[in-house]
Amino acid sequence: VACENESLLHAYLDGELDLVRSMEFEKHLQSCHDCAGELRDQQSMRQSLRAANLYEPAPASLRDRVRAMLPAEIQPKPALIRRPSSVEWLAVAAAILIAIFFGAKVVPNFYGQKQSDLLAQEIIASHIRSLQPGHLYDVQSTDQHTVKPWFDGKLDFAPPVVNVADQGFPLIGGRLDYLGNRNVAALVYQRQKHLINVFVWPGDSKPATLPESQTIQGYNMVFWWHADMSFCAASDLNLAELHQFANLLQQ
Amino acid sequence: MLEDSRGSDEARRFDQVAMPHLDAAHNLARWLVRNADDAEDVVQEAYLRAFKYFGGYQGGDARAWILKIVRNTSYSFLEKNRPADLSVEFDETLHTTDVAQPQGEAALFQSADSRMLRNALEELPVNFREALVLRELEGMSYKEIADVMDVPIGTVMSGLARGRAQLRERLLQRREGKEQRGLRK
Repeated sequence: VACENESLLHAYLDGELDLVRSMEFEKHLQSCHDCAGELRDQQSMRQSLRAANLYEPAPASLRDRVRAMLPAEIQPKPALIRRPSSVEWLAVAAAILIAIFFGAKVVPNFYGQKQSDLLAQEIIASHIRSLQPGHLYDVQSTDQHTVKPWFDGKLDFAPPVVNVADQGFPLIGGRLDYLGNRNVAALVYQRQKHLINVFVWPGDSKPATLPESQTIQGYNMVFWWHADMSFCAASDLNLAELHQFANLLQQ
Repeated sequence: MLEDSRGSDEARRFDQVAMPHLDAAHNLARWLVRNADDAEDVVQEAYLRAFKYFGGYQGGDARAWILKIVRNTSYSFLEKNRPADLSVEFDETLHTTDVAQPQGEAALFQSADSRMLRNALEELPVNFREALVLRELEGMSYKEIADVMDVPIGTVMSGLARGRAQLRERLLQRREGKEQRGLRK
């Protein structure tokens, strides 16, 4: 691009211009064909870069290696890799037995269900998986300004992250998840002892058959659609409080 | 294991401050040294250094603090093991301003697959690659990138502009290469 404003173009693309200079540059874009075309190209290249899964997260083995070289005091990590007690093993065994017992009843139903129910099932499965030790979050923070940027470059959309700690629902982290054949954002909130997963994915088209709230296996889900995004909050929290929480996020 | 007389509080605090940024650390190291095993060694070395100097950490942006150490460790590694990787300031063959600049290449980037993008980015000179990785993959601001790379903000801006121009050129060349191979068949 021959235009002398080229470096401004990159600062504009990266959101680094202040309001005044940003407006000046937008005015320039209307008259400069070169810059307008270049901006489109650069935006498109950025889209492909972000969609290409180029991020290289640390393998689990590296995490272990790094922890192993640190002084012994911090091992084992209290919450994340603590050993389950024998009572917890019993609970796991009981859960397996119950699953086998009821499985025969549940499975035929499952296949008879509609697409939208499959999504709800997937959400509950993700919710339950997230409660297993070490699966809850990839980024642990109560600050929405830490959690939101963490998703940059990992998703092809920017999930809104709202802080409603004052209303009794503190944010505790976020992670990447996978639902309906795509990467989605999962935000983790807490209500006293109850964990709430909020799944966010782009597109605000509401499937006709999907109800606004649903209960599966004792877990409640509330769906809503807002600003080109789909949301689902899943938790063992009671439905009334989950609705209250969903309303807070929509404000 | 590290012999360390400092209290468990400090070790635990280090764990809380530094471990959440292990993905960012690995991502940067992986893109700088361009090899999976070396990247892991570099990250381990960087975390060891970070723990040694943890007393000097004043609080503030922990990610930038860690990435700065990872970056310096990566460059030391390259200097020692692959100095040629550092000597290429920028590729003269690509620094051509008289190349026709076709507009509206949006379709090119949509069709560029992830492997093509990965290879093109890996081939960029290390400092441009670093700025692009911190900006596009890590989502850092110019100020944060300037902190990590220890350069003025203006250098970050021009580095990104030149890095992006080169990346685009490389993608164009790859597409042309692909088309020519396609024609020969």
